[in-house]
Amino acid sequence: MEVKSLQFKARAAERLADPALQSKLKGAKQLFVGGRARVVAEFDQVGQAGDFETLRGVGADIRDTVLDDLDAWLEIFEARATAGGATVLWARDGREAQKLIVDIAKRHGVKKVIKSKSMLSEEAGLNEGLEAAGVQSVETDLGEYILQLAKEPPSHILAPAIHKNKEEVDELFARYHGRPVTPAGQIDIPALTREARVALREHFLSADMGISGGNFLIAETGSVALVTNEGNGRMVTTLPKVHVAVVGIEKLIPSLEDLSALLRLLPRSATGQTISNYVSLLTGPRAEAAEEGPEHMYFVLMDNGRSSLVGSDFQEMLRCIRCGACMNHCPVYQSIGGHAYGWVYPGPMGSVLTPLYNGLEKAPDLPQAATLCGQCSVVCPVKIPLPELLRKLREKQMEGGLRSWQEKWSLKAWGFFAARPRLYALATGIGARVLKVMGGDEGRIEKLPGLAEWSRGRDFPAPQGKTFRELYAARKDLH
Amino acid sequence: MSARNDILNRLGQRLGADQLAARRARAEAALAAHIGQPQGPRPTPGADLLAEFRRRAESLASTVEVVSTWADAPAALARYLAEKDLPRQGVAWPSLGHLDWAGAGLEIRLGAARGDDRLGITSCYCAIAETGTLMLLGESDTHAVTSLLPETHVALVPASLLLWGMEEGWAKLRAERGTPPRGVNFVSGPSRTGDIEQTLVLGAHGPYRVHLILLQDC
Ligand code: SF4
Repeated sequence: MEVKSLQFKARAAERLADPALQSKLKGAKQLFVGGRARVVAEFDQVGQAGDFETLRGVGADIRDTVLDDLDAWLEIFEARATAGGATVLWARDGREAQKLIVDIAKRHGVKKVIKSKSMLSEEAGLNEGLEAAGVQSVETDLGEYILQLAKEPPSHILAPAIHKNKEEVDELFARYHGRPVTPAGQIDIPALTREARVALREHFLSADMGISGGNFLIAETGSVALVTNEGNGRMVTTLPKVHVAVVGIEKLIPSLEDLSALLRLLPRSATGQTISNYVSLLTGPRAEAAEEGPEHMYFVLMDNGRSSLVGSDFQEMLRCIRCGACMNHCPVYQSIGGHAYGWVYPGPMGSVLTPLYNGLEKAPDLPQAATLCGQCSVVCPVKIPLPELLRKLREKQMEGGLRSWQEKWSLKAWGFFAARPRLYALATGIGARVLKVMGGDEGRIEKLPGLAEWSRGRDFPAPQGKTFRELYAARKDLH
Repeated sequence: MSARNDILNRLGQRLGADQLAARRARAEAALAAHIGQPQGPRPTPGADLLAEFRRRAESLASTVEVVSTWADAPAALARYLAEKDLPRQGVAWPSLGHLDWAGAGLEIRLGAARGDDRLGITSCYCAIAETGTLMLLGESDTHAVTSLLPETHVALVPASLLLWGMEEGWAKLRAERGTPPRGVNFVSGPSRTGDIEQTLVLGAHGPYRVHLILLQDC
């Protein structure tokens, strides 16, 4: 997927001025933030107080154990997956991953591919690659299916179509399923879901290849673990004769017990569930006597910038288990949604990953896209110090003199903003201004977003709309 | 250089090219130490596994009925179908062929579910009380598709197969099978989605409903 993070400020400003998007984001926030808080409290209650906090530390340790010796662990995984009958392939970047997968499709005479949600395949632009090779590729996660019809990228890693309302979905389905648009006021979400189920069922039963991502790779058994709620992940990995799991090299964990521990963290942090509906552990192709399951299983292990983080100041970022909690709790994300970030990963984790994987010069504004409230690192299930990593990125940026580029861009954008003075005002310091808006007239924030419990009874002085850059410059003057 | 060697070399250089042997030894030792060792705090097991399992499963929108033995299951299922006004035809795991389905007025085929089957009947490899979850192994007489394609999934769960956590399930799997079969599936209630306006809808691609018949004396 092309990186469009350069336009962050302009896109962010447009979104701040979009009341419909604002209300969708608000609804989602309440659902995710409230849900997580409830199940975390319950976990501590059923066990002992502080258990969830301890578990977050264990989650971080599990991830570090592998990342610290990643090459050795990958060798173990490769050996065991191969022993289980799978073929393990490697891709330096998205382009190579695309080519490997197109080759697999050709080798097995594949006409139609069904896909379960994989952000990594978005990184690799996989659908475009397959279509170019004449292979039909169908997204089967309901949100991703909607976006594929709309030809739009996801705006959230868990709820990719969070920015669409039911009227927009109905219109899309009407167009692509060949039926009239439902009259306003009569659109029924369960009926829309059923309509997609029927349309996709046909694809499930007729596809020759399934492509899944992977939530975890397990070294012990050479398996991939998939976590889904809809059941499409199971279809994709059970029905077609070929299964390809395209997974980042950093997703590896040691044993099945580690999987269980991380599964206590992931759904709780992600959607406020104690467990997701379906957790599948997939190992090799089907046994010879079996009547179901794929005859061929491939792993495509993709690097795409990950190895350059290993052993660096940013290695902690590779612990990420893609739960989405950091974006769900981020006041900047809550105000602008995912598309403004301009690449696959939004929110705080995206603000760190996008410049690291693609180069700071392609995403110079993302490290500033924070209010420094620290919520993301409080909720991250593997204790990634996101604000700290964002700070380090800003430091790198200052060293590299990347600001000059930004001035050039500002000039180009001047024409756009000259006609829209309010947007300009918003665009010149999204993060700080988001907080300022929340602070209202009093200039105080009674509740930090997503932290009702903690911030109850405490007031925070709202930043007075200064950007980090302004503050940084001011602070420097004091020295 | 192949992509594989390139990636591994790049990692090796960043981690210390001369310490690969030490890293391999450390990884092998850590793997051995993690296998079979539960990691981190787990919720404390309740005294009554069956009650715990039932409570959890119901909270995930499964329905539960408790009967005594295998022989009671077909009649219990017939009652459930009548109550919900669901068709009496379906498909069951071949391992459930010994039950008298016809005697309860049900038309049950043995084998793997197809795309148009409305009712799928399975048992389970074990059941996890901590989360109200079924652990299923997809093998030749326990098809994975039967718990996936039909709109209604009914599972017969002998109480003796109730375990506390997923870790106990892994221990059983290692002891009995060594390595996992192609597909190990954990199922916790009907399939669901919230992808349109974050409105929860049961029955996305998998079953609309999951009904659990617990066999308390088996
Ligand atoms: S950075 Fe942490 S909170 Fe954010 S998606 Fe990754 S694991 Fe979740």
